[in-house]
Amino acid sequence: MAQGIRDREVIAPTLREIAADWSADQEVFRQTHWGKAMMWIFLLSDTFIFSCFLTGYMTVRASAVLPWPNTAEVFALSIGGQDIPLILIAIMTFVLISSSGTMAMAVNFGYRRDRRKTAALMLLTALFGATFVSMQAFEWTKLIEEGVRPWSNPMGAPQFGASFFMITGFHGLHVTCGVILLLIIAYKVARGHYDRTGDYSAVEIAGLYWHFVDLVWVFIFAFFYLW
Amino acid sequence: MEHPSAAHEGQHHPISLYLKVWGYLFLLSAMSYMVDYLHVQGIVRWTLIILFMLLKAGLILSIFMHLAWERLSLIYAILVPPLVLLVLVRIMTIEANYAFWTRAIFMGGGG
Repeated sequence: MAQGIRDREVIAPTLREIAADWSADQEVFRQTHWGKAMMWIFLLSDTFIFSCFLTGYMTVRASAVLPWPNTAEVFALSIGGQDIPLILIAIMTFVLISSSGTMAMAVNFGYRRDRRKTAALMLLTALFGATFVSMQAFEWTKLIEEGVRPWSNPMGAPQFGASFFMITGFHGLHVTCGVILLLIIAYKVARGHYDRTGDYSAVEIAGLYWHFVDLVWVFIFAFFYLW
Repeated sequence: MEHPSAAHEGQHHPISLYLKVWGYLFLLSAMSYMVDYLHVQGIVRWTLIILFMLLKAGLILSIFMHLAWERLSLIYAILVPPLVLLVLVRIMTIEANYAFWTRAIFMGGGG
């Protein structure tokens, strides 16, 4: 009984709020910065693009008759004469997570109107991003030298090459665009552009894009590298 | 009705919150790496990979992307549409099985 009353008190008003937001003559995303809402909608469409890639990868992998290469061995690095499985990808993951951490703090300092710290943390984020892309370039070079192509693969299923270049290539493109975006916004922050307009939302919006790139990597790491 | 919306004023969470989430993300990544390193196989491997993946995605979405403090309308608009993808995954699983058995039976297992 008491549970029922609490449900009515908590759930009913939130449902009413959603109905009010979506019904006649209302703005759905009230009090949300328009740029932020647009970025979220862009990210939603991007989610579908990456999901199509990952679903396509699932399909070709499940229908491949030749054995799928063991990613732990393919992406191993020999450090000090010892082969450590998947280590390159693990380092890339930590680099990208760190960049997400510094970006979250940059957004926070942006809202505190701390120009210097915001710009510095954004630059650090861009640096992590550039490191990630460089490591990816290294990984591509290594695989291409080993003879992996989008249409063939000496280690087994040819679909491996197609999936690898497509998925990591598209993700790397996103990281590269993110680095450029971050550098532009950091430059504007440093010049005091947002202090003059009094609106630091651009930092948060760039941050959303950056965290999304990290989010996509979480799924690629799980499904492509670990599965 | 009052809503704890971030609105234009932005959010004022302590930096320690981000550092804590950062730590959790590191830990979860290290744990999913250990799944591979320790050669965990079979259903345990897939369960652990998916579990760590979802936890990481949840942390990034809710804290780093501030989704936990957004309006419910925005949260639903973002989180509900991707669920449709599960239908696509199901359809493509059937298709992949069909293609695999067609290759195995009629093409002598050749690529």
